[in-house]
Formats: sequence, C-alpha cells, structure tokens
Amino acid sequence: MSDEWPLWEVFVRGRHGLSHRHVGSLHAPDAETAIRNGRDVYTRRNEGVSIWVVEARHISATAPGDKGPLFEPSEDKVYRHPSFYDIPDDVGQM
Amino acid sequence: MVGGPIAGVDPVAILAGRMGDTALVLGHRISEWCGLAPALEEDIALANTALDLIGQAKLWLDLAGAREGLGRDADGLAYLRDAWDFRNLLLVERPNGDFGDTILRQALFDGWHVQLLAGLRDSRDEQVAAIAAKASKEAAYHWQRSRETVIALGDGTEESHARMQAALVRAWPFVGEMFESDETDAALSSAGIAPAPATLSTSVMGAFEEMLAEATLRAPEVSRWQTGGRSGRMHTEHLGHMLSTMQWLQRAYPGCDW
Repeated sequence: MSDEWPLWEVFVRGRHGLSHRHVGSLHAPDAETAIRNGRDVYTRRNEGVSIWVVEARHISATAPGDKGPLFEPSEDKVYRHPSFYDIPDDVGQM
Repeated sequence: MVGGPIAGVDPVAILAGRMGDTALVLGHRISEWCGLAPALEEDIALANTALDLIGQAKLWLDLAGAREGLGRDADGLAYLRDAWDFRNLLLVERPNGDFGDTILRQALFDGWHVQLLAGLRDSRDEQVAAIAAKASKEAAYHWQRSRETVIALGDGTEESHARMQAALVRAWPFVGEMFESDETDAALSSAGIAPAPATLSTSVMGAFEEMLAEATLRAPEVSRWQTGGRSGRMHTEHLGHMLSTMQWLQRAYPGCDW
C-alpha cells in the first residue's frame, strides 16, 4: 500500500433541484474523510447543500486520442438540435 | 471585570468572558497551523475551525463587554488584556505540539463544547441561548471531525498510535478543569442561565471514553487535575507568549484599524 492518500473527485450540489457538479479533487484516506475534506475545501463559501465523492480510480474516462471518432461525427448534424421547431407559446420557458 | 466572581457583576459577563476567552485562545492556537498542516485538506479544515472559534469569541466577548458595562467591546477584551485577566481553560492555551497533540486537544475541547452548548441553548438568558444555538452547529461538525481523526490515528499505524497515546498523556490532566464549579457557576445554574459544569461530567466523560476505546487509547490516572485558567488563579507560561504574538499590533499601534 502506498503512503499517499488516494485521490477523490468531489461533486457538489449547489441548490436543491440542481445536479451535482464536479468541483475538483482532493486526497483523503477514506470516503467519510473525503466528504469532510470536501466540505472544508469546497463549501467554505456557502456553495453547497450536498456532496458526493468518488475515488478517482473508479472513474472510467474517454481517451483524449479518441476525440475524433467519438465526438467529431456529431459536428455536422445540426438537425439534432431542437432549434428547427416552433415552440408553442403555451409551453413557456424551456 | 470579566473573570472572578465580583459582587455586583452580572454573572453572564463572567460566563461570556470564559466562553469567549476559551474560544479565542483555541482559535488563535489553531490558526498557528495555517500553511503548516500535514496536508492541504487538514490545513484548510483547521483554518475553518479557527475562524469558527474566533467568530464565536467575538460574539461571546461582545456580550461580556456589554454586560460588564465598562465600555469594552470584543476587540478591547481580546487585544488589551494581559494573561492574568484571561479566563480560558488551560487546555486550550497549551502549545500545538505535533498534529496529534493538536487534534487530540481539539477533540477534548469539542466533546465538552458540544455538551455545554447544548445546555446553553436552553439558557433563560436570550442572548446566551442565541449564541449557543449558532455555535452548536459549528461545534457539532468540529467534534465529528476531531473525534474521527483521533480514532483514525489512535487505531492507525504503530507510530500514529504511539504519538496519540503520548499526546493523551500530556493533555488529559487538563480535562478536569471543564467540570470545576465556583460561586459564579452556582449562581448561573440556579438562575437557569447555564448548566453547572459538574453536571456535564457524566456525558462528556462518557463520550471521551467511547472515543478513546475506539481509538485504542488509554487515559492516564490523574491524581490532581491542572486547573486555574477559568478561575483566573493561574495560567501556564504559554499564554503570555501567545498573547504577545496575538496582541502586538494593537499594543504597538493603539487603535490601529484597516
């Protein structure tokens, strides 16, 4: 086992109704400590009402080299954006 | 004067002075870790705790100043009194030592603080009750954090256990002062303003025993508790050094503001 504490990714929900957002990372020996550290490092200025932490090694991510095949094909498919529809006034704010 | 039961002095001034001095001295002590703690996360956590305590000290000392009626506010009480006028628990003026000493001292303070604040929330004095209500949320988090850290380090590696046990042997003789009562405490308790310190002993010591058992630490036998801070009888030699750092700017430049 390494002497270093593992890295945790921290997600904070700013207000009720919003989603948790990634705010940064920190080191901690276990999940409970990671939550307390997240509270102390990332919610000092009243930023949150809920914290999630996940050990960074449990996150699977896309490889930067795959950017072309993964994301470029959607660049020329503007019709996937719902901007060609007339939205009835009754719908209100979308 | 804040401290020492004096005929004609509102006992709330003495209570608030003791609460404020203890929070102020510990808050300053913890702030000495700023930039030096063993990990960034602990550094920020300690700084947060220091700021919480200094905020509480301001509320308590403003109340003490208002009730003593000598025209002093929190700043006047914090920066312009000498060591012999402070009424903090001796435990909190002790030097930081290593991180183990600091976090153990913090847990001993927090475990007592949450129970005392719970009693003060029911105070018949509305201002005391209001300050206690605000402070108890902060204290609950401090206690959760310091307690869990003591357990993790006590029940940790061979070295962390040995350091925590040594820290406990050094700090434990100062615990008894938390439960010491005098005439002011008796007056406050019979007026329904504050719980008698001795009545906190069972629950606080019970909480300490649970924590120490989980941390695999053993409290030493104490034949005589180290006391005298909250009564004003004596302080350790460390308080004066701390105050000279904390107060020098106001002493060198009286009334300096920015």
